[in-house]
Amino acid sequence: MTESRLLEATPMLPQVAEPVPGTPALPGSATPHAQPRRRRGGRIRVTEVIPWLVIAIVVAWAALPGLFTSYGPTAGDAAAALQGPSGEHLFGTDATGRDMFTRVVYGSVHSLSGALVAVSVGLVLGTGIGVIAGSVGGFVDDVLMRVVDVLLAVPTLLLSLSVIILLGFGTVQAAVAVGIASVAAFARLSRSEVVRVRRSDYVEAAFASGGTFFNVVRRHVLPNSLTAVIALAALQFGTAILAISTLGFLGYGAPPPTPEWGLMIAEGRNYVATAWWLTTLPGLVVVAVVLSANRISADIARRGRA
Amino acid sequence: MSGASAPVRALAGARSAVGQDGPDGAAPVLEVRDLSVAYSSGHESTTVVHEVSLRIHPGEVVAVVGESGSGKTTTAQAVIGLLAENGSVTAGQILLNGTDITAWSPKQLQAVRGSRIGLVPQDPNNSLNPVKRIGDSLGEVLRIHRWGDKRAIRARVVELLERVGIPDPQLRARQYPHELSGGMKQRVLIASAIALDPELIIADEATSALDVTVQRNILDLLDELRAELGTAILLVTHDLAVAADRATSVVVLKDGRVQEQGPKDEVLTAPTSAYTRQLLADAPALATAGRRTLAEAERIVAHGAGARPTLVVRDLVQEFSLGRGRDPLRAVDGVSFSVQPGTTHAIVGESGSGKTTIARAVLGFHTPTSGSIAVGGQELTGLRGEQLRQLRRVLQMVYQNPFSSLDPRQDVATIIAEPLTNFGLGDRAGRAAKVTALLDQVSLPAGLATRRPAELSGGQRQRVAIARALVLEPQLLVLDEAVSALDVSVQAQILRLLEQLQDDLGLTYLFISHDLAVVRHISHTVTVLNQGRVVESGLTESVFTDPAEPYTRALLAAIPGRLAPAGLPQEPSA
Amino acid sequence: MTAEAPTDVRVPDGAPTPGAPRTRGSGAVGRSTPPTGGGRVVALLTGYVPRRLGQALIVLWIAFTAAFVLLQALPGDAIMIRFENPELGLSPEQIADIRASYGVDDPVLIQYLHTFAGFVRGDFGYSVQSGTPVQQLIAEAFPQTLVLAAAGFVLAVLLAFAIAFLSASASFAWIRTALRSVPSLFVSVPVFWLGIVLIQSFSFRLGWVAVINPGPVEGLILPVLTLAVPIAAPIAQILTRSIDEVYTQPFVRVVQAKGASPSWVLWRNVLKNATLPTLTMAGILFGELIGGAVVTETVFGRSGIGRITEQAVAHQDTPVLQAVVLLAATAFVLINLAVDLIYPKLDPRLARQVGASR
Repeated sequence: MTESRLLEATPMLPQVAEPVPGTPALPGSATPHAQPRRRRGGRIRVTEVIPWLVIAIVVAWAALPGLFTSYGPTAGDAAAALQGPSGEHLFGTDATGRDMFTRVVYGSVHSLSGALVAVSVGLVLGTGIGVIAGSVGGFVDDVLMRVVDVLLAVPTLLLSLSVIILLGFGTVQAAVAVGIASVAAFARLSRSEVVRVRRSDYVEAAFASGGTFFNVVRRHVLPNSLTAVIALAALQFGTAILAISTLGFLGYGAPPPTPEWGLMIAEGRNYVATAWWLTTLPGLVVVAVVLSANRISADIARRGRA
Repeated sequence: MSGASAPVRALAGARSAVGQDGPDGAAPVLEVRDLSVAYSSGHESTTVVHEVSLRIHPGEVVAVVGESGSGKTTTAQAVIGLLAENGSVTAGQILLNGTDITAWSPKQLQAVRGSRIGLVPQDPNNSLNPVKRIGDSLGEVLRIHRWGDKRAIRARVVELLERVGIPDPQLRARQYPHELSGGMKQRVLIASAIALDPELIIADEATSALDVTVQRNILDLLDELRAELGTAILLVTHDLAVAADRATSVVVLKDGRVQEQGPKDEVLTAPTSAYTRQLLADAPALATAGRRTLAEAERIVAHGAGARPTLVVRDLVQEFSLGRGRDPLRAVDGVSFSVQPGTTHAIVGESGSGKTTIARAVLGFHTPTSGSIAVGGQELTGLRGEQLRQLRRVLQMVYQNPFSSLDPRQDVATIIAEPLTNFGLGDRAGRAAKVTALLDQVSLPAGLATRRPAELSGGQRQRVAIARALVLEPQLLVLDEAVSALDVSVQAQILRLLEQLQDDLGLTYLFISHDLAVVRHISHTVTVLNQGRVVESGLTESVFTDPAEPYTRALLAAIPGRLAPAGLPQEPSA
Repeated sequence: MTAEAPTDVRVPDGAPTPGAPRTRGSGAVGRSTPPTGGGRVVALLTGYVPRRLGQALIVLWIAFTAAFVLLQALPGDAIMIRFENPELGLSPEQIADIRASYGVDDPVLIQYLHTFAGFVRGDFGYSVQSGTPVQQLIAEAFPQTLVLAAAGFVLAVLLAFAIAFLSASASFAWIRTALRSVPSLFVSVPVFWLGIVLIQSFSFRLGWVAVINPGPVEGLILPVLTLAVPIAAPIAQILTRSIDEVYTQPFVRVVQAKGASPSWVLWRNVLKNATLPTLTMAGILFGELIGGAVVTETVFGRSGIGRITEQAVAHQDTPVLQAVVLLAATAFVLINLAVDLIYPKLDPRLARQVGASR
């Protein structure tokens, strides 16, 4: 049930109802714990730092992989094939004797850049659609949101696969496919945020003090809608890493021997009975990164509300 | 936690604790001794109630009066053991019929709540489970305390609904909360509070969200039940006038401390604390006369009579479509009035009277269905785009809620200067100077210019909103419930500010309000609205002292404070 | 609509409306409220239902058109290149026959109408890879996926409710906190990895469940678990948030003031209020189920719609993918339509007011 449909189905009731006397900020209605809560929002907690640390490490891997490992990502040492995790090979080695930790470190650039591309595609297209629909309204809104409805109606993975069948296999193609699948989420959120902000008293007050449409959108609507969109972008970053690794696992992303995380796990599947580290450890890295992105998103959203 | 270790302070003097002796020497239903409550967050703990003591005897009404943050609601919550999760009683005792319940377990308290202490909550509109039928919600308290079987409960529910004056109780019991009006919901909540015939009812701002006539009916009902059942009532309210009407004794709280307490007549007629005197002076409802005499208002209005009125509204009709195949809703139905320059015209009415719709039409936010609106002689209806924008230079608005009418991301200087920026008036330095001048004019320190709204109090925000409205030097200021969300003392300050600005700058106000007392205080002329139609209009003093219409009379009679003892301090604020 | 800031749910805003019960004015009524007043029958015939139905059809039509343009019209001959491959050894006449049977040389509009008519009849063309009619492929695969998805969905709902209600009512604060972080952990787990790890631990390490030639029920255990976890996560998140939201509503305090115990409050008052909004997630969950089926069936080597989809992409079998996508979209739209029509019946605030009120 999409927002646009809901709005369409309901006649926009103007402000017929008078504000009930005193309801918005009833004198003496201060909630008892409102004050302490607010103060808590200002302090930085340890649990908020860890996710950033995880992301920072992975970004460092992507930027300077050589600093973290002395092996090469594709060079195998046949003598050291299928060794379990050890001091020498932190994540063990695969069937061709490649160091798994090295591959994970070198693979981070694929996942991160892929996710970055995906989020950019979703953010630019989706937010563009959403902001235009929300601020212009009327017919434009209707048409744009119907298109978004269509995007929403197709399950995300199927949408990505449709794009892939059009564009072909590859890292960039997979990233774009994932990005396009997230357009609808960005469009809906940014539209509803814009609509929410537009209904606020301060936007009306801005019009009442002589603001032109573009000035009001630029000065009030966009800045106030942004927090939620940024939070969604952080969330989608994690989602994109998941989705890209899924496409990699299915074999639609980077071709072997690229050390892409999903592809690595797919390759490790054949040794699932004997070499657990080939699948488990890269997977844990994916979980850690996605979890961190989700945490960061939640923290941004919470701070935005405070 | 327990107050057992706290020494019971000797209650010295008849006025240190309310109702020292009951009417017939009976033990108090509720006794609160030196109660302190703190909220903790992390390692910090803030005490919000300091050593509050009070007593209520059967059949008494004790009003706890205070502004926001005074700790009055917290005190009430402590009594029923429903403090927020991070709150705790740090000292003192709560005695119910002589038994100390302060250290009782949650289970023990559950047995008391609902059966011996009833609660009538603040906002009836959110206080009933929205997906439960009225009858089930009302019967819930009976089921919780295992009162009778299904059939008995059903019968009792109908009986209770009847008792609180709900017509058609059988039908109502099967309905859902959204199908009842606010006043009816509050009646249901009262029925639920009295269902098990408790000794004590806590009414926490029980009528603050209701229209004035509904408020009166609900308070009358509570009074009646008290007389009939001998229940004691703890009346928590921000409204001194309500306390003056209904209470036997009054406790005045400020910042969690008792400022003054005693029998109502004593507290209201001979207040000993400066704060109580200030509260009494600031409460417009307790002023028995308007600020101006009739003659004064006549003179001021007559003075501008020759000039062109600042605002003329003629036969305004505003309809809202409710969708295809349905009659449109006529929110405003043929309203006419005019406002002389330099005067304040008030539009007063209850919820749904159409007053806000008129304000919004005057500001050009929606096009009227028919009728005309002229500001300074210029017809406003039909203006669009740039013409309408230009008109905004002479026409400004102040909103009800200062928490939502200021952009949280801008600082005060930017907010105030925005209208100048919009019309490209002045350069950067000129605007800054103007902002400083305006801050001064609305009595805000210049240092506030760099703050954001979240750092300001409600009163300060409203001053910022007024400064923004004034920066273009408009002819007409529309004030839509502009003081309704503020505490009494802040409200009085803002009203004084508005009056002073009017005197200094010759401003014209269109003052929209539900609060008759405030309207009487500030306006020269008034239009009384009911369901979109004008009931009566004219000079405020003459309408208030000599209402021609029954509706106006009923409205005026419902203003709290009318039953207050004679001999109140009559001096309105200077 | 309440400001729906995303926290950690991959659910577009608007659909889950935990705020709906509270904001009666905008939230609840802002949903698709059927018009009040007037005859019920009249409203059914002219108002809300046909309007919603119309919207649903428009969405499906746009989806079809987009799929046609993108997957069929644009690549056009790209599919045919396959048959012209000399290795297949087809004679030019055979190729011409195939071209004619696929209608490749017809004008685009004719192709469009032809395909559209086919889809309406349930004829989705032929698989490029195997030459089998697409509807036959799908019909054969459907039961397997249905069993998997239904079992996964039921387990997910049970899991989600268990997590949400325990995290609201567990007696120790640390248990509540721990349970609250479970859903966000669940959404962060790659489904394919979860499947592999489950096989690793339960089949190879512990030997509890066979993966090679398992019985029909035994073979379902791990796939269902794999599928359920990512579905349970968003339900649990919405539910938890919704429960929190309901607890902040004033009526809860009133119920407490009646002397209700915490469990009375939770089960008899909070539960229904908190559960209703999760219904609006049905459509999204369906999408997750389909996506999950693709991965799960691939990991566990099960046949089904997911496997067909995976194979279709691997072999550039456009007609199959197109059919799956459009069927999924149709199902999504129908589910949402059903929810929109049922919701007002379940939430009395949205039901039409009967008889005298006020």
